[in-house]
Amino acid sequence: MRKNLGFRYTLLAMIVTTTLTIIPLLIVIFYSFLTKNSSGGVIYQFSLDAYRTIFSKEYALVLKDTLIITFWATSMTMLVALPCAYYMALSRHKDILMMIIIVPFWTNFLVRIFAWKAILEANGFLNLILLKLGIIDTPFMFLYNRTAVIVVLAYTSLPFAILPLYNAIEKFDFSLLEAARDLGSGHMRSLAKILIPNIRGGIVASMVFVAIPIFGQYIVPQLIGGGNAGTFMLGQQIANVFFNERNWPVPSAITTLLMFVTLIGFFAVRIRTSQKNRDYLAKNK
Amino acid sequence: MNNLQGIQTPRLSRVVFILTAIFLIAPLLILIAYSFNGGKNSWTGFSLRWYEILFTRKEMLWQAFFNSILVSITAGIIATIVGTLSAIGLHWYRFRTKHYIQVSNFIALVLPEIVVGLSLAIFLTSLKINLGLGNVILAHVAFIIPFVTLMVLARLDEFDSSIIEAAEDLGAKDLQILTKVIIPIAKPSIIGGFVTGVTLSLEDFVITLFVGGVGSTTLPVAINNTIRKDPDSNVVYALSVILIAGTVLLVFTARRFLKYIVKT
Repeated sequence: MRKNLGFRYTLLAMIVTTTLTIIPLLIVIFYSFLTKNSSGGVIYQFSLDAYRTIFSKEYALVLKDTLIITFWATSMTMLVALPCAYYMALSRHKDILMMIIIVPFWTNFLVRIFAWKAILEANGFLNLILLKLGIIDTPFMFLYNRTAVIVVLAYTSLPFAILPLYNAIEKFDFSLLEAARDLGSGHMRSLAKILIPNIRGGIVASMVFVAIPIFGQYIVPQLIGGGNAGTFMLGQQIANVFFNERNWPVPSAITTLLMFVTLIGFFAVRIRTSQKNRDYLAKNK
Repeated sequence: MNNLQGIQTPRLSRVVFILTAIFLIAPLLILIAYSFNGGKNSWTGFSLRWYEILFTRKEMLWQAFFNSILVSITAGIIATIVGTLSAIGLHWYRFRTKHYIQVSNFIALVLPEIVVGLSLAIFLTSLKINLGLGNVILAHVAFIIPFVTLMVLARLDEFDSSIIEAAEDLGAKDLQILTKVIIPIAKPSIIGGFVTGVTLSLEDFVITLFVGGVGSTTLPVAINNTIRKDPDSNVVYALSVILIAGTVLLVFTARRFLKYIVKT
């Protein structure tokens, strides 16, 4: 291919991505520094009101709750995903196991959340079972609290956590574990001291792929948390302020911060990965 | 018992996996069971009542369903064409804007939906672009393209470019190389990309919520409205069963392309 056609091939994509992704993001950043127009929209006058608002006490509470929920949901997800990925990587039936994890993920997202409502509500499946077994006397409200939100968030994040971990474990050299066993190390000890450090990259990537979408979640806290205290997350705040208060600068400000948090998180992972690759190549010259 | 790597089969991990699998699939099974419940809350007996109501009285849901199909296929086709061309360009050439495209693709892939949704809503409203369903299609095309590009690129990375050199040596012109060599080889991932794009579009709730107007609801938005306001909300169970059945059917027919989708 002598002529450099790269530019022409990518031209369409570049136009679409620039106009419909990059420019809107820049507009959001721009608007976050403007004054709000009471009937929706903005007035082109510089103002830090939006940022003052989001650093107020009320918003700090939402940020705190979002961070707490993100922390617990991510931890729970990783705790479950690691053994699953380990089992899958060692199995002879990798394909089938992969299907089991992925197929539920392909059913409609909203439908799955709705299924959890059906399970957790006062006359839902869980209460039905517990009542029948006599474990409780009156229905317990499993919905509309922080724990429910965390559990359902973990549910939706599991496939995203399992896949990168699975890829990382697959590339791991298991003969190292055999050697450790031959040298007398217990199984758990070998896993902790050999496997985990070696798949560190996969663990970090997995955490980032899980934590950041959770941080910006809207649907799960909205449907499962119901807007109750302790379950209200940043994503909901963006939507509420935008739709109900017709205030543009404030959600733009929240979104701008969310953007930076996301990009810093992902770029940090990329830099670490490419740094590790460079170290590896340098060591093995 | 030994497995692929000669390690003892991990028993604890197996238990965790089985529990996880149950955890993942059980909600769907419960949905299916509930859709056949005659009563509203407690079990009254097997009944197709909700299916009946769904098929006779819920035009709004079916209109939304039709909208969803229209949007997802249109957006899917556009995004697949643009994304495939982009991947081809990114794979084989070095050009000045390459880095910019790679970075903006990456950004588009990792941002949470709410960021994409809000930015597009503000963008489209500010420019007074009010094409109803067209707005939704534009938004979906925007967020699907990076996924298609990624998938086709992954496939292109895999194959042996000496075929291209061979074709050149045999005198093929650039257009012929494109249509007769590159595209046939990339076809599984192009189709995988299209399927992924359609799926992402059908699923999307947040972005459509922000961007769609009153007359242009898609299925997830309509489902949400039904759950919140409709007294007959149990029809959503019946609808869910139909959607689950559709997904299973789709996965079954597309299973050949699954490995290309999973790899990314």
